[in-house]
Amino acid sequence: MEEAIKMTETEALKPPVTSVGVIGWAKNNLFNGWFNSILTIVTLYLLWKIIPPLFQWAFIDSVWHTTGKACRGIDGACWSIIPTNMRFIIFGFFPYEQQWRPLLAMFLLFGLLFYSRDRNHWKKPLGYAWIVGLFTMGLLMKGGLFGLIPVESTQWGGLPLTLLLSVFGLTAAYPLGVILALGRQSKMRGVKWICVLYIELIRGVPLISLLFMSAIIFPLFLPEGITINKILRAQVAIILFTASYIAEVVRGGLQGMSRGQYEAAESMGLNYYQTMRLVILPQALKIVIPPTVSILISAFKDTSLVVIIALWDLMKTTQSVLSDPEWMGFSREAYIFIAILYFLGCFSMSNYSRKLEKELSAGEQQ
Amino acid sequence: MENTLPGSVPFWLDPKKRAIMFQIAVFVMVGLLVYYLISNTIINLKKQSIATGFSFFHKESSFEIGESLISYSAASSYGRALVVGALNTLKVSFIGIIITLLLGTILGIARLSSNWLVSKLASIYIEVMQDIPILLQLFFWYAIFYETFPSPRQALSPITGLFLCNRGVAFTVPAAHPAHKYMLLALFVGSVVVYLVRRWAKKRQEKTGEIFPVFRFGIAIVIGLPLITWLAFGAPMKMDIPKLVGFNFKGGMTLSPEFIAILLGLILYTAAFVAEVVRAGIQSVSKGQREAAMSIGLRPAPILNLVILPQALRVIIPPLTSQMLNLTKNSSLAVAIGYPDFVSVANTTINQTGQSIEGVALIMALYLIFSLSTSAFMNWYNKRVALVER
Repeated sequence: MEEAIKMTETEALKPPVTSVGVIGWAKNNLFNGWFNSILTIVTLYLLWKIIPPLFQWAFIDSVWHTTGKACRGIDGACWSIIPTNMRFIIFGFFPYEQQWRPLLAMFLLFGLLFYSRDRNHWKKPLGYAWIVGLFTMGLLMKGGLFGLIPVESTQWGGLPLTLLLSVFGLTAAYPLGVILALGRQSKMRGVKWICVLYIELIRGVPLISLLFMSAIIFPLFLPEGITINKILRAQVAIILFTASYIAEVVRGGLQGMSRGQYEAAESMGLNYYQTMRLVILPQALKIVIPPTVSILISAFKDTSLVVIIALWDLMKTTQSVLSDPEWMGFSREAYIFIAILYFLGCFSMSNYSRKLEKELSAGEQQ
Repeated sequence: MENTLPGSVPFWLDPKKRAIMFQIAVFVMVGLLVYYLISNTIINLKKQSIATGFSFFHKESSFEIGESLISYSAASSYGRALVVGALNTLKVSFIGIIITLLLGTILGIARLSSNWLVSKLASIYIEVMQDIPILLQLFFWYAIFYETFPSPRQALSPITGLFLCNRGVAFTVPAAHPAHKYMLLALFVGSVVVYLVRRWAKKRQEKTGEIFPVFRFGIAIVIGLPLITWLAFGAPMKMDIPKLVGFNFKGGMTLSPEFIAILLGLILYTAAFVAEVVRAGIQSVSKGQREAAMSIGLRPAPILNLVILPQALRVIIPPLTSQMLNLTKNSSLAVAIGYPDFVSVANTTINQTGQSIEGVALIMALYLIFSLSTSAFMNWYNKRVALVER
């Protein structure tokens, strides 16, 4: 302190060390007031109790490349369960030699998603690219054309199935949701009530009841001789479910439009269809992009529920590895692994949504 | 010339008539679809010779249910089994909602704390928990339970009277005594008294501006009345300690691993969402409000009670209710880990009787009742707290 005073005859006085740098920061953010000091100390103590043993378990005492038997004696995590069974967890019963196909399809999907991140790319060609991309993914999974060996959808499983259910679920649910939202806002009483009934009915029940319906009741709805495979039925349930949530989000956007927009469109002589397509929907859908992304996130998480009606998604393949006597008892490691997969997916989406929200609100102010 | 006359517009260009025609078309289409599905179903049901209806309610269920709030055995009827399931759903949702509210509020406040460490930890918790499917979390807690904890014979006992094993958690409770019934009654009476006093205090405050210490009074009554009842019965202290009999614990209270896993999963998952709701609510009250309250000389507690909370709650309550509803709906995932909730019991019933339509309809009806009553409450609340704009 005293030295600092001597030096500052010509310079500006430097702040004391206790108010800048690490110490100053800690004083301001961790030890401001007696309550916060106690809180910090207690938290640090708890972290000290939890983190080192967890670290020891996960990294120091753990094994990565052993058999299940070799894991029995050790104290740490048995991560060996992941690399050994990786291909089954990820691809399920897809024929072993053909597993490059779902892998390629997934890369295609990630590539498209990555490219679509930038809003400057949101033009017509991107739409065509998605259509071609989705078609190619379907072809890669199903085969039967261009010398690809056909693979029955009963053999689909693992991560590709999870992605398939969420991507196709959302793409099909989105237009349906928009139509329902328009119907709910419609002046025609009859149409409005059908839409309200549908939306409230579906939103009031848990997804699992719709999945049960798709698994056991849906076959009864169809005339004799026609059967639809299990994956498609679950997909329909997910679409019907997601559509009602999208409808509510889009309705929020529609209600956010000022009356002036409708009146301006009307005074230009546009009819209902033109008004909606050219004036209202482009603006309304833009406002609701962030909540739509959160619906995408929950749809992605909700696909895990298909395990209850015994579809071989990521969760089910993991559980089936865990029921193998060799790997029984290592649930923690396996579940942590797929939790990380889900987390990465959801976290990148929610991060993106936040970024987009910032961009969009900046655009409004210009 | 004719076209300018009002009556001469061709009917397909008249918006009103066109709307009616369009609606009729929609109705006919929806009606045809419904008719098609129903007629197929009837044909299929006839072919499989399944009798529809709810007559199976009275048949003997012949399956056991692990835990039940009312007396139940395999000899009871399906109807009773379903009631047991519905009560189990209510039990786990009710306890879950209370703890979630507490934990979520603490997390939401921690997220806004000026303590960097606490706020960072809270935000990491919120982000991670929101991004992992609830079903995976349920499986995880369930696996932790039956893989980590020992068998009842080697049960862990961190404190006396508490036992952890892979059959569940057994802990000590006060031994049954007639005083308990009256203590519960006293608690109920106390709550009613507090409610009435709160109403009276509010009215008086609006009239005279005087503030009655409702919170302190309320705590005193709600804890005090049962305590007095307990003392009046001679303060019974006998405890019911769980003991190992054969392969399991007898006495005390035992919570099954399924119940703990579903409760833990629901609480930890939903609390993350509640925390976000609470944070948004508190942040929605502008800084000026607090500063204005301080400048007219209010002390911190009244600022919170009279200025901040009433405004924050208006924002918090609606999304909070929908989170509570989500928790209730997510409790249907209990079927995946074998906790006998309504969905699980209905599923067993479907498998045994083949009454799939009735079973799924019952599940949907139960949850619809929950969500419709919730939204009725929401409408009532929104009307009550709506800002009266001048």
